[in-house]
Amino acid sequence: MRALLWFVGRKLAGVLMTVAVASLAIFAALYVAPGDPASLLAGGHQPSPDALARIRAQYHLDDPFAAQYWHWLSGVLSGNPGESMVLGEPVTALIGARVLNTALLVGYASVLILGIGVTGGIVSALGRRSLDVAITGTTTVLIAAPAFVAAIVLIWVFAIELAWFPVYGSGTGFADRIHHLTLPAVALSLSYLAYVTRVTRSEVRAAAEADHVAAAAARGLRRRTVLRRHVLRNAAPPVLAVSGVTVAGLFAGTAVAEQAFGVPGLGSLLVQSAARQDLAVVQVLALLLVAAFVLVNMLVDVVNAVLDPRLLRSGESA
Amino acid sequence: MTTLTPTRRAWLDPVHRVATVGWASASAGAVCCVVVLVAVFAPWLAPHDPNAVDPLNALAPFSAEHPLGTDDLGRDLLSRLIAGTRAGLAGPLLVVLASGVAGTALAVSAAWFGGWLDAVVSRVLDILFAFPGLVLAITVVAVFGTGFLAPVVALSIAFVPLVARVMRAAALRERSLPYVEALRVQGFSGRHICLRHLVPNLAPLLFVQAAIGFGYAMLDLASISFLGLGLQPPAADWGLMIANGQPSILAGAPQQSICAAVAVVVTVVSFTVVAERLATRFGGGR
Amino acid sequence: MSARRVDAQPMDGAAVDGAAVDAADGDLLRIDDLRVELPGPDGHRPVLRGVSLRMAPGEALGLVGESGSGKSMTARSVLRLLPRGARTTGTVHVRGTDVGRLDAAALRRLRSRDLAMVFQDPRATVNPVRTVGDFLGEVLREQGHSRTAAEAEAGRLLAEIGVDRVERRLRQHPHELSGGLLQRVVIAAALATEPALILADEPTTALDVTTQEEVVAILDEQRRQRHAGLLFISHDLELAAAVCDRIAVMYAGTVVEVLPADRLHAEARHPYTRALLRARPGTVPPGARLETVPGRPQSAFDAPATCVFADRCPAVRDVCRTTPPEFRAVGTGAVACHLVPAEVLRG
Repeated sequence: MRALLWFVGRKLAGVLMTVAVASLAIFAALYVAPGDPASLLAGGHQPSPDALARIRAQYHLDDPFAAQYWHWLSGVLSGNPGESMVLGEPVTALIGARVLNTALLVGYASVLILGIGVTGGIVSALGRRSLDVAITGTTTVLIAAPAFVAAIVLIWVFAIELAWFPVYGSGTGFADRIHHLTLPAVALSLSYLAYVTRVTRSEVRAAAEADHVAAAAARGLRRRTVLRRHVLRNAAPPVLAVSGVTVAGLFAGTAVAEQAFGVPGLGSLLVQSAARQDLAVVQVLALLLVAAFVLVNMLVDVVNAVLDPRLLRSGESA
Repeated sequence: MTTLTPTRRAWLDPVHRVATVGWASASAGAVCCVVVLVAVFAPWLAPHDPNAVDPLNALAPFSAEHPLGTDDLGRDLLSRLIAGTRAGLAGPLLVVLASGVAGTALAVSAAWFGGWLDAVVSRVLDILFAFPGLVLAITVVAVFGTGFLAPVVALSIAFVPLVARVMRAAALRERSLPYVEALRVQGFSGRHICLRHLVPNLAPLLFVQAAIGFGYAMLDLASISFLGLGLQPPAADWGLMIANGQPSILAGAPQQSICAAVAVVVTVVSFTVVAERLATRFGGGR
Repeated sequence: MSARRVDAQPMDGAAVDGAAVDAADGDLLRIDDLRVELPGPDGHRPVLRGVSLRMAPGEALGLVGESGSGKSMTARSVLRLLPRGARTTGTVHVRGTDVGRLDAAALRRLRSRDLAMVFQDPRATVNPVRTVGDFLGEVLREQGHSRTAAEAEAGRLLAEIGVDRVERRLRQHPHELSGGLLQRVVIAAALATEPALILADEPTTALDVTTQEEVVAILDEQRRQRHAGLLFISHDLELAAAVCDRIAVMYAGTVVEVLPADRLHAEARHPYTRALLRARPGTVPPGARLETVPGRPQSAFDAPATCVFADRCPAVRDVCRTTPPEFRAVGTGAVACHLVPAEVLRG
């Protein structure tokens, strides 16, 4: 138990440091860019000198770098990260409406990946051979499907030809939202899903061939018990690690899915803000996504260490 | 992107199996040659001017005059696909070159000097790994603006940690070989040993890494231009064409998006199969 | 076991010398002419070439031989733990039940209640991600005990085999225990279901020498307490003789000799057994060459079809290459060798 707490503490410290350095890098991006930070913050327009002066004051651009960074960071942490110069709205307002959509989309895709992917992998590993061949063949093709290609094909087939799902938008109300988010979630999760299926299959097979499984059968345990307690249980840590990493990656991939399907979420906001060079928004969103990514990775490491206590010693992820 | 790397490593296994099948890798190689040739001779190969707008003939189906049909502005799709090969190949090429050079430089320095330099470089790489590649790319585009160059720069930065990690391990192994010690005893400088001996010995590995990375870079650049953050209209870029063709799908004319998507997938798969073949030949580590 | 029963051990189906064939039902274990073939790259290869054994309840039988002699395979056949595609002929009876005829459920019951196997490498036996307590209690819970009862029993067993700080050990994982300690845990688990027969396949080979003695001592003590039978497999003749009542010597997939452990040195007759006894450092004066058995150990596949030891036997004769020797009772044991004078054989 103590080893676990140490482990979590170490990982947490690592996360904090990574996010801190990332925030510094994100903030410093403003200065790496060519041109005057003030006009950049104005979103590439050519603002009047008054507007420029206002921006300078608002963003404390005449203060030393460290102070500016502190202002920005404390603003973000206290929930008041400033406003978009392009749209004139507070960043929180822009984000608030969209967080739900992105969260739902990522959650939906995660359920698909974990539900179908892991189940498919187990079936492929333990079931009959014809099923295994079919699943392996399908996953080979799907792994290579990047989200935008999957999106196009899905739109063409399911939205137009078959008209089963709506193409754009996010809908209202919970059930309608799920209906709208199905195609984006599928497009987002397709290649990850195939990957998780394959990894699950190979891990379950490897676990089934372990010596202690044969020893358990020699002890007269029921086949179902052996499968549950010794094969699947032992395959769980690596499968979870992989699933966790792919879920973390979803935070980045939502940009493509949201943009393709017109879902108003954080990803599409990021893309649109980048196109408008609305740096204030981009900085906040980038920090959010990086933090989410790193946090999910850490959670995966912790869950893994709980499942497989051998990992507590090395302190590394599986 | 960096986050997709494990997916891609898994993809390499079936690709590897395909690559070892004689006819599959041969046809992949043929496709690659065709694409490269098309890119080189693009202006002379296109039957029509890729930018010639013909609104009356928009979204035309396949025909003798327009073998792949036309897009929403009446431009010939085949010509636009041909025109798009240049940017489609140049981008990834720049990305692997830049990330290869930068990554190797970092890796060899870290491996050679060791100590605090190695520690600092490793930390920096860890931080870079924390950035999902797409987020990094979008941020860089936000700072530098859209176009051809920004995504290429962003992706190069995102690929550096991947290259550096592999090259650092290889450089450490290489450095511990006896010939390095012998050269040092003979009085050669570290710079000389690294540049004239270490790096050339690591070259095959780097080449294989670059070949494999080429396919991924192509995919990622297509994603970025699909998002509208790369080349802007009216440029003929495959990712952009897929995005611009989306409204046409609603009108029942999917040819713009589908043809461009097929072009992307076929090219990426072919280059990756060839890269895997090279990896088997030269023994590149992944 | 009366002395008479120990003496008269007709092994083939037919009563060789007219001596009473013991009633089969009383035997703990009876293996009759067991032959096993395993699939190989060029078709099936023989691994066991006719093994016959009998064990009485509560008896300890040592199964000794070099690698490839088929001793592990014999033990696995008792549990029906053979690899996929194995072909068997002959029968194995455990307490009168034909193991080969059992359905899956009955086989499970046999494995969990009547039999227990201790494998060579404890780390390959115990699931590394589960606790020691979980491993110990698993079979008990499967049989219907409650979780608390199983845990209490697990603790009791650990204490019995001399493990200290039982509470702590139950919560630990296999990688936190030493090899010897873990093997004791495995033995405790084997005893947990009160089996009638314990099969120990080289239980100490993976351990260092001092731990070996401890583990063997515990195994011996516990099985005596419980009146359980023990089939002790080893390549170490001395070790087996120290623990077992009788020794069966195997070579190339068949049993060549069986005799009581305390008569080993005095009455060993088969050339192979004699060679094994001589091939120990203590038998020659310092400075003299160690005696070895010429040639390499053969598996059932490589050995001659007649007498399996013919290729390496120092006293081989023509008849050895033309006729397979029968396994016959002699003295206090039984042996399969043409060289044993006919008059010595029980007749």
